Amino acid sequence: MNRIEQLFQNKDSRLLSVYFTAGYPSAGDTIPIIEALDEAGADIIEIGIPFSDPVADGPTIQESNQAALDQGMTLKKLLSELKDIRQKTQVPLILMGYLNPIIQYGIEKFCQEISAIGIDGIIVPDLPMSQFMEEYKATFDAYDLANIFLISPQTSAERIRLIDENSRGFIYMVSSASITGAKSGISEEQISYFKRVNEMGLKNPRLIGFGISDKATFDTACQYSKGAIIGSAFINVLTKAKGGDLKAAIQTYIQSVIA
Amino acid sequence: MKTLIAVDEKGFYGNFGGAYIPEMLHPNIEELRDNYERIVAEPDFQAQFKSLLKDYVGRPTPLFYAQRLSEKYGAKIYLKREDLCHTGAHKVNNTIGQIILAKKLGKKRIIAETGAGQHGVATATVCALMGMDCTVYMGKHDMERQRPNVERMRILGAKVVPATSGSQTLKDATNEAMRQWINNPVDTHYIIGSVVGPHPYPEMVARFQSVISEEIKAQLLEKEGRENPDLVIACVGGGSNAAGAFYHYYNTPEVRLIAVEAAGLGVFSGKSAATTALGKPGILHGSKTLLMQTEDGQVTEPYSISAGLDYPGIGPVHAHLFETGRGEFVGVEDEDAMLAGIEVSRLEGIIPAIETAHAFAALNQVKYKSDDVIVINLSGRGDKDLDTYIKWGNY
Ligand SMILES: Cc1ncc(COP(=O)(O)O)c(C=O)c1O
Repeated sequence: MNRIEQLFQNKDSRLLSVYFTAGYPSAGDTIPIIEALDEAGADIIEIGIPFSDPVADGPTIQESNQAALDQGMTLKKLLSELKDIRQKTQVPLILMGYLNPIIQYGIEKFCQEISAIGIDGIIVPDLPMSQFMEEYKATFDAYDLANIFLISPQTSAERIRLIDENSRGFIYMVSSASITGAKSGISEEQISYFKRVNEMGLKNPRLIGFGISDKATFDTACQYSKGAIIGSAFINVLTKAKGGDLKAAIQTYIQSVIA
Repeated sequence: MKTLIAVDEKGFYGNFGGAYIPEMLHPNIEELRDNYERIVAEPDFQAQFKSLLKDYVGRPTPLFYAQRLSEKYGAKIYLKREDLCHTGAHKVNNTIGQIILAKKLGKKRIIAETGAGQHGVATATVCALMGMDCTVYMGKHDMERQRPNVERMRILGAKVVPATSGSQTLKDATNEAMRQWINNPVDTHYIIGSVVGPHPYPEMVARFQSVISEEIKAQLLEKEGRENPDLVIACVGGGSNAAGAFYHYYNTPEVRLIAVEAAGLGVFSGKSAATTALGKPGILHGSKTLLMQTEDGQVTEPYSISAGLDYPGIGPVHAHLFETGRGEFVGVEDEDAMLAGIEVSRLEGIIPAIETAHAFAALNQVKYKSDDVIVINLSGRGDKDLDTYIKWGNY
């Protein structure tokens, strides 16, 4: 059992997963941000592998990806920075990134190295389930890595069941038909979708992401799932704190969400 | 020759293709994949498609024997006049097909990406024709260098939205269109403008464009007493005009298929869009294909004087034509393309689009015999490029 599965056994509600882009806001910030998030109370940390063409992301994450690349972040550099991360924290760690940089690195080599580092799972938004099952599942399984799939309001019940069948760790429930980005509030329509999926009795836990930005949206999401994922709103916090006291800014923000 | 150029069930041409899309787009792509073949096969679709191609687009486009060009190059050169299509390029063949399909799928809104603006204009045109709401995404840089097309789209009632990321060209416009499709998954159809994107787009667009080679066959039979030329030459941005001109010759090995890419300031100058020379297999915009990229898998910013060829990938079918050797790929530099554009203007009285000028320049770079019959796909006219011709100035 890996750390993600362990986490869900130990904690049943109000889980907070936080996404940030590796190498952002400044080149050397990746490890300090992980440590600060862990201390501040994040339950899972998603480390974004920057990509030049993030088609599922809104402006905030696009810009953080481009800034990280401009500052020299690469997958190779990221993995070398993460090498000793398990001496610093036991928080479940997920790598999130688009397929092309991972393929260029080599799937087998990637899985082997991240598993050796102690990464627990990965999210690849442009790797569809069928392609994953055919080409990559065996490798991921061999290295005990959870592959986390997304579902959206348009995903059919039949397909949600299929995704549930093939998931490990948790299901990433995209809160609305949209790319990533902080939005204001959660609509009635979204809530009825949360309820509909909640009532399906899936075997995997769900975390709700996209558009979660503060205590109010976090609380709402937690009513219909095990917890939620914050991305763009956290990137905005980092952008504001750039060059200043990142650690304090992270502490204050995370506490304001989970309080 | 054994290689069969065809798409399989999962949308692969050999090692290239597929549908690498975010889960949020799965329902859209599934809807399209499950319905397009059936709808396209319906007599009603076929009747509408054929009638609009004939009476609205002006098909069949002529196959013109270019006498002075033939004399100069010592071969029998025919021009497939896609520049005479309504809106001035081959792009409209595809948008006619997709707009009828979108209507039949019950869609209310259309989005599209555009590079040179020809696909954007062709999309705005069919949206006006069918009374559909239209938004076109276009790189900010391309909006500047293809100004007349931006205004044409606006006159036709489309909204043109600048894509401001990356090199602000076709790749970035495509990213933005895909994002907006994710944001509007139910009532919106995305009309992709070339043989790129997730399955079924590459094959669907190629089929709508295949009317080009269907007509070449019949016209050449009439003029030369043979259906098959020795060479077909076409420029490749994403590869839709080339796919259309090659389609009915894919599996006729005696016809040489010459695909012409933009080599910019030189293939190895760092300012180029010659994907087969510089690219490696990778994934962009939903398919596995040859892609210009860094060692880290970041997509490289391409460069070409022609906005329509300024793309870091090629359609998966072209990656397959390259890998199997069925297609011959040639890189043409800016300067040579411009010279060829002027030459065709002077010899034949036709100012070609700068994209198309690349195809003409290939006459200096490929070998052929003196009695060879060569068909050049004249993909579009140069009106949209007058600013670039004027700036270049060497005429
Ligand atoms: C006249 C013309 N030819 C060719 C192209 C390149 O597209 P494709 O390679 O899909 O034919 C364009 C694209 O804008 C164009 O306008």
